Amino acid sequence: MTEFKLPSLDYAALAPILIMLGTALLGVLVEAFVPRRRRHVVQLTLSLLAVVAALTMVVRNADDRILTAGQAIAVDGPTLFLQGAILVLAAMALLLIGERSVERGGAFVGQAAVTAESADDRRQAEGRNGLTEVYPLTTFAIGGMLIFVAANDLLTMFIALEVFSLPLYLLCALARRRRLLSQEAAMKYFLLGAYASAFFLFGVALIYGFTSGIPGRGAGVDFATINAAVTDSPASPVLLFAGMALLAIGLLFKAAAAPFHVWTPDVYQGAPTPVTGFMAACTKVAAFGALLRVFHVAFAAAAWDFTPVLGAIAVLTMLVGAVLAVTQTDIKRLLAYSSIANAGYLLVGVLSPGKDGLSGTMFYLVAYGFSVLAAFAVVTLVRDEDGEATHLSRWAGLGRRSPFYAGLFTFILLAFAGIPLTSGFTSKFAIFGPALEGGQTWLVIAGVLTSMVLAFPYLRVVVMMWLSEPGESTPTVTVPGGLTSAALAIGVLATLLLGVAPAPLLDLAAGAAEFVR
Amino acid sequence: MSNFPFLSVLTVAPLVGALVVAFLPRHRPELAKQVAFVWSLLVLVLSVVMWVSFKVGGDRFQFRESYSWIPNWGVSFTFAADGIALVMLMLIAVLVPLVILASWHDAESSKRSVPVYFALLLVLECTMIGVFAAADVFLFYVFFEVMLVPMYFLIGSYGGHQRQYAAVKFFLYSLVGGLFMLAAVIGLWVVGGKTFDWQALSQVDISTGTERWLFLGFFLAFAIKAPFFPFHTWLPDAGGAAPAGAAALLVGVLDKVGTFGILRYCLPLFPEASKWFAPWALALGVIGIVYAALLAVGQNDLKRLVSYTSIAHFGFIGVGIFAFTTQAGTGAVLYMLNHGLATGLLFLVVGMLISRRGSALISDFGGAGKLVPVLAGVLFFAGLASLALPGTAPFISEFLVLIGTFTVNKPVAVIATLGIILAAAYVLWMVQRTTQGTLNPALTEVDGMRRDLNLREKVVVAPLIALIVLLGFYPKPVTDVINPAVQATMDDIGRTDPAPSVGGTVQEAAK
Repeated sequence: MTEFKLPSLDYAALAPILIMLGTALLGVLVEAFVPRRRRHVVQLTLSLLAVVAALTMVVRNADDRILTAGQAIAVDGPTLFLQGAILVLAAMALLLIGERSVERGGAFVGQAAVTAESADDRRQAEGRNGLTEVYPLTTFAIGGMLIFVAANDLLTMFIALEVFSLPLYLLCALARRRRLLSQEAAMKYFLLGAYASAFFLFGVALIYGFTSGIPGRGAGVDFATINAAVTDSPASPVLLFAGMALLAIGLLFKAAAAPFHVWTPDVYQGAPTPVTGFMAACTKVAAFGALLRVFHVAFAAAAWDFTPVLGAIAVLTMLVGAVLAVTQTDIKRLLAYSSIANAGYLLVGVLSPGKDGLSGTMFYLVAYGFSVLAAFAVVTLVRDEDGEATHLSRWAGLGRRSPFYAGLFTFILLAFAGIPLTSGFTSKFAIFGPALEGGQTWLVIAGVLTSMVLAFPYLRVVVMMWLSEPGESTPTVTVPGGLTSAALAIGVLATLLLGVAPAPLLDLAAGAAEFVR
Repeated sequence: MSNFPFLSVLTVAPLVGALVVAFLPRHRPELAKQVAFVWSLLVLVLSVVMWVSFKVGGDRFQFRESYSWIPNWGVSFTFAADGIALVMLMLIAVLVPLVILASWHDAESSKRSVPVYFALLLVLECTMIGVFAAADVFLFYVFFEVMLVPMYFLIGSYGGHQRQYAAVKFFLYSLVGGLFMLAAVIGLWVVGGKTFDWQALSQVDISTGTERWLFLGFFLAFAIKAPFFPFHTWLPDAGGAAPAGAAALLVGVLDKVGTFGILRYCLPLFPEASKWFAPWALALGVIGIVYAALLAVGQNDLKRLVSYTSIAHFGFIGVGIFAFTTQAGTGAVLYMLNHGLATGLLFLVVGMLISRRGSALISDFGGAGKLVPVLAGVLFFAGLASLALPGTAPFISEFLVLIGTFTVNKPVAVIATLGIILAAAYVLWMVQRTTQGTLNPALTEVDGMRRDLNLREKVVVAPLIALIVLLGFYPKPVTDVINPAVQATMDDIGRTDPAPSVGGTVQEAAK
């Protein structure tokens, strides 16, 4: 029997992860011991403080380029950049989740098991601050995402995937309004997500088999071993290709790339809007962080083999997202399809070789995250007595009723459409420039063509808001509380700043764009 | 004074004005109008000072300024103006105050905010100045795209019939062209060694195939913007739906960005591809001249008619550019200026007529000259300028284009000449049906038709008329500025003018 050696842990480098997971556990205790009326404030403060603390540690670790925990965690430029991005975006999402003044009792049910119109549900609607299960769930998810982008072997990655996915399934079921839609969304997300996880795990097994038998090295699923195996393994390449394909399916499902995207519109629509924003921003960062690491570190030597396939998926994703966005009549579904199309653009970035492609993709993730959270923040505000008015026809004439918020939303839509002086334009440039340089001309052309298609649905919403007369059923915009206002302001300002002066973040991304191996 | 950062100040000033106007209280529309008008006059004064300090015969690009923006991508705020840009900047500076004055009551008919209308006009001025003043391809692209936003809201929020449809069509057409250009801009950046500086890029050697694709990307955007046949269908809708003042700027200035872009970017950056595509571009120009003129003859809507005449004129400009002679090129640039003045005037006058009658349909008029003689006279003059009557400024430019083209390509010149005849047809027939002939009895019942031009409107049309006549007789100050810039552009593509000859016998006799 081989002797088991304790891996050395660099606690400072792991601190952001430990802080988030620790806070999540603490949150569970708060649920148990703190009086109900104080729980909301305590939980919100606790989770925001944890995010700030974790962010501080990320900044403090900024120069780390190490592997720790027995090679299972890589703390390097991309990890730190993406962890920072997840934390900042998660802080915005937490602000949205913590909003209680827009709707009596908050946007969440106490437990996912509470059914629509039940006695429990009504009791909550009667007042107070609602229940606070949502905070520990969110902090668990954030912690999982932090591991996911840092994982340096496939098993750690799989565990991280589950750690952040399971709370997300539950969060999706927590919407207080439209309970059935919400529960359906959670069910769908859970079943398909479990299926995708199984694919991922099977892929891990195949890759493990592929790595056995490299001269002078044991089998393993850490990325260094896989990388060595891709060049040296005597095993059949069929194992490699099948394994890569299965892993890619698992990851592309989370990234919402076609044809693994079908859950996206339903889940985005059914989930409580703050959670949708959280998923659209943070899950995207995490999923693409993992994709970048797997394909740039583990399978880098097989780039010739996977680039055409992933390229085709990128084109398909852009097309599906853009074309189907045109037909949508619900603002949340529209944003869901737009997020699918954006996954396609991000895949173009993943396929661009070299540092520029990597830093461009990371820049895009941050820029898109800010804009999409701001967009969902506005969606939470447009409501009537039945909750959010998400049908597009209800937005007609909103510009007349509430010019300020309609103006902000227009700005965000222009950013999505890639108009200059918004982050949407600079981030498209950051992706397409390196792609063209790397010879992926056809991907860039597909990206440009789909951007044109995608401009139409955005413009339709602008037309609805400004050029149509307000109807009887046009809701007004609820005056947001401080928390939503803060999230909205951060999102819009970031969208503007990253469009007008992107240089600092580009520098940061360029400085971080190197994996440790 | 030549060290003064004219171009950046000119770009930023209207934006500051727009912010001031936008935040004026909504219930004080008069104040907003006055501030906007005075502000645009200040911009005009500054432009005149710039014109005076431009050294004729000096460097090709003057007033160069450069500030770092996104060093990671080699993007900078670089402004510089050659003669062509200078002329266009002057045109903008002259037109905007007149448009503001002419639109004094336009925004009141809609239920929307009056200060916002004038703020949008000033934002539009900012982006228009920026697009002509930029000497960095990225910066140019930024202004090129952002320009759409204020115009979109001007048409969509303050326009007339079918404004939503027209605004969306305008935006989507321009955006499609813009995105093709974006792909080409990125491509140019990659082959050009990651810089956006115009001067550096114009020195880069590009392989033939790549050059042709990049040319197409840029050309498509400019052909939609200009617009050339067959990319023109958005203009009649947009021009027809936009409020008259915005339409004057749309057709007078915004569309010139297309032809200006071809002169500044397509020809110097992709000289070989320009020559290769020239026959096609000439064909588009000629088809545009004849086809749009024929459509103009058949229009019953005044604003759509003027829009179609503009498409025909853009055909002339396109022919002048792609003939590749200095005469034709100078004619084309001069045409860009003169068309801005003449069509700007025509749009404004037509707008005055429409606001009186409350209808844009020609069939709703008839004999209006008996009620509003001065207005009818100005309309007649604007029409004559538009059909390039000798003595008005457009004549000189049209003539230069035709003789410049004739020396190198006779068939094109001959067909283009047909356009002049058709121009006479659509202008004169339009004037006849609206202001001449027997008085339409319905007109006498409309209150507005009893008021002839008031002082404000006279102040609007007088400078334009004066400029059209002045430049018709003495275009030298303008051609002196344009000529070296066009000459330099022709040098970029390596074309020299054919030597003048008056037939073999004379030349031999001279020996």
